[in-house]
Amino acid sequence: MQLLKETNIDFIGRRKYFLGLSLLLIVAGGVSLFLKGGPKFGIDFKGGTLVYVKFKDEPRLDEIRKALTGEGLNVAALQPFEEGPDSHELKIDLDLTEEEALTSGQDKIVATLRRLYGSEESKLDFNNVGLETLADRVVSNPKIAESPLTTEEITEEVRALLAFRDQAPQSGLVRDFSLLTSIEGVNPDIISALEEETYLGAFAIRGGGYVGPKIGKELQWQAIKATLFALGGMLVYIAFRFEWIYGVAAVAAVFHDVLITLGFFSLFNREIELTVVAAFLTLVGYSMNDTIVIFDRVRENRKLTRRQPLASLLNLSVNQTLARTVLTSGLTLIAVLCLFVFGGEVLRSFSFALVVGVLIGTYSSVFVASPILLWWQGRAVAVGGQSRRK
Amino acid sequence: MKGNLRNRLLIALAVALTAIYGVVGLPTSLQDVYDHLEEKVTLGLDLKGGVHLILQVQVQEALRAEADRTIRRLQEELGDLPVPLTPDSITRNNPETIEEADDIMITVEGVPAERASDFRNTVEQYFPNWLPSSRSSAVWELRIRPSSLALLKNDTVTQTIATVENRVNSLGLTEPTIQQHGRADAEYEVLVQLPGLSDPARVMQILSMTAQLEIQEVLDATPYPDIDSARAAHNGVMPPNSELRLHQRPAVGGVENEWYVLNAVPVITGSDLRNAVPGRNPEDQTWEARFVLSPEAGSRFGDYTGANVGNLLAVVLDDRIKSVAEIRSRITDQGSISGLSGQQEAQDLALVLRAGSLPASVEYLEERTVGASLGADSIRQGVRSALLGLALVVFSMLVYYRRAGINAVLALMLNLLILLAMLSYFSFTLTLPGIAGIILTIGMAVDANVLIFERIREELRAGKGVVGALNAGFAKAFLTLIDTNLTTIIAAAFLFLFGRGPVQGFAVTLAIGLVANLFTSVFVSRLIFDFALAGKKQVKELSI
Repeated sequence: MQLLKETNIDFIGRRKYFLGLSLLLIVAGGVSLFLKGGPKFGIDFKGGTLVYVKFKDEPRLDEIRKALTGEGLNVAALQPFEEGPDSHELKIDLDLTEEEALTSGQDKIVATLRRLYGSEESKLDFNNVGLETLADRVVSNPKIAESPLTTEEITEEVRALLAFRDQAPQSGLVRDFSLLTSIEGVNPDIISALEEETYLGAFAIRGGGYVGPKIGKELQWQAIKATLFALGGMLVYIAFRFEWIYGVAAVAAVFHDVLITLGFFSLFNREIELTVVAAFLTLVGYSMNDTIVIFDRVRENRKLTRRQPLASLLNLSVNQTLARTVLTSGLTLIAVLCLFVFGGEVLRSFSFALVVGVLIGTYSSVFVASPILLWWQGRAVAVGGQSRRK
Repeated sequence: MKGNLRNRLLIALAVALTAIYGVVGLPTSLQDVYDHLEEKVTLGLDLKGGVHLILQVQVQEALRAEADRTIRRLQEELGDLPVPLTPDSITRNNPETIEEADDIMITVEGVPAERASDFRNTVEQYFPNWLPSSRSSAVWELRIRPSSLALLKNDTVTQTIATVENRVNSLGLTEPTIQQHGRADAEYEVLVQLPGLSDPARVMQILSMTAQLEIQEVLDATPYPDIDSARAAHNGVMPPNSELRLHQRPAVGGVENEWYVLNAVPVITGSDLRNAVPGRNPEDQTWEARFVLSPEAGSRFGDYTGANVGNLLAVVLDDRIKSVAEIRSRITDQGSISGLSGQQEAQDLALVLRAGSLPASVEYLEERTVGASLGADSIRQGVRSALLGLALVVFSMLVYYRRAGINAVLALMLNLLILLAMLSYFSFTLTLPGIAGIILTIGMAVDANVLIFERIREELRAGKGVVGALNAGFAKAFLTLIDTNLTTIIAAAFLFLFGRGPVQGFAVTLAIGLVANLFTSVFVSRLIFDFALAGKKQVKELSI
């Protein structure tokens, strides 16, 4: 099978249009970034508190926001977080406050939600309890204390019950005690003890975190530093293997990609989290790979046909590698699209960066990196009075 | 040519088998395969759930404590000298942040000029950690020596790590990671990773409890409502070696603040404890933490209490008075901390007393919790979508390149296998960014084959024979592959060197994947072609 036969498209001749497109994308992203006051960082980078909560029913956003704000919490975002139909998940994001109490943000969120959704004073919340605490409680239940079960056996059973709670489709929130009876090998006495000792809260905390201001700054700087060093390393290698302008062109194309992807993040209101850094690194690697494949072909063709002007040489090389470019990009795009669509919300920002990155990275190799070479040569040659030929 | 082919085949098989062994071991059943995979490929906390904490040790507190100890000893030594000093004439400054820690300084006032050399000799002889310098004729400043400073701060961090380890172990948490984090000489950070933890809030509280226990003599039996009235009652001059400590006594409708004047030199400290257990007070059934003293401390405590019957003792935990009680009789080796809120507090307090105190308080700089349910979901969805993506890629390759597609798929599978095997041999942890590295590896592995195949097709179109096209295609694509892969490997090396945490995780899988990629695409894929063509006399067509 073959998608593309030998092509002869004048990519380079149309570079002005593509340059315009690149500029448009950069400006659009830039305007969005400007209007929104810079990239929207997740708590990893800006510092703050984050809690993922799963609710039994549709969470009442306004009410929750009001209650949290009433507690003096600096709510940055209440964001519904769809893991699937009716998953009723919410991401609660607090900005850093001057307050020294570091991790108290999470405790306060939980306390506020408890007040809002009700709790039972003397009982434990099965949907938010840890293994040790729950096992201790079950062991001290009078009925269980009389039964012949050993503490180890009880702990094992409680462990199994909690594992069931944490599995899909419960995903941390059990709606009814009767569901627990369906687990194989669980002692019914333990379930009835659970019903005495615990209640099923209307929400479950699935995760979260706190990042102090110092760490946030440090992580930002660390990631930028590492990326710059990596780019520098690539530039030197390419300069060594090709010519230095090739290195500059490749790095410029990668910068272009990162810039546009950042713009897309701002346009689509996506947060830059720690995992997004990995996605950006991936896109840097991908775009670089793509550019080198074309440059490599340029180098090879130059040896074969010394007389050809660079513009047609570039065109020839891009056309020769076009089938490969389309196929590789297409396949990679399929893979990252799968991740974007089915990978779940935790991976969404990450895979979003990859989808944008693959598209832009492919585009920039053809329409940004190659014209830079041409532009540079044009400048060099213009001194000698020779004009470009088509 | 034939022998050559056999050798290459043997190499490829050896690599494949080693990789398979690394990933699944010698399985006897399908369950074995899963178990081995689970055991060998360590998943990061972001995938399997758990808590990641970064604590910062407040080293300035350890320095303040060291200065306090020095001040007390100075008062004794200078008393012998004798230098006429009032209790207030030896003071220290109060560095509040880690950055200010190095500024710790003791000031001694009122040293008579004729005693100056005696003073200097005493300090040099008995306090080698401190450097004396005279600010004016009667005022001396002691600064800590740089070498002692570094040692003391280092000890503080090391001791914190040991204590945290003790506490984590007493909690029965498995596979913890506890290590120094960041720059050792400036950041004083400790990384704690607890996989699969189900009760993060409680553990965080336990780990951050300083748990410095002191039993101190009460010098003045009167509780004062605030510091000022305590000072006023002593006409502004507090007894030597005394300190004021707060006791928040539970009272009707809240707590009542009581300040006591205590002897700053404790009778008993946390290090004198042999054991601690939670228990219930037989009189009022409230929870308490009972402790037993070591034999040496027990006899000291016995002597002290025997001589001070009728006096008051205060149990002080982390600079707050927990309880004040009268010595009714000689007590040798037991005591308790009462007035706790419940079973949980009693259990936790007993645990930290057993595990030892922290030399300085800690602050949480970062905390990330991935609940077990969230971790399970992200693995399930991540793995499922990645496999789906992989399947689609494999399918497209097979459709597009037919028989040659099989080469590509085999090479890709071997690449992933080698990657997994390396991860398990070197026990690297697989995290979400690591998976990003794998995705890029897959992309580049597919690309390698596409490059080679398109090149072969080009050569075929140019009219070359099958063998010639294969040779030329591989030879020409080889240079490109070296350039693309090496560039990215260099980038990965830099990311590994200069990055931290997530960036490093990405770099590791990427670098391994790309090295494997060079091997599988250039060596193995070629081998499969040659193998398929071997033995056939004349090959006219290539399924590509």
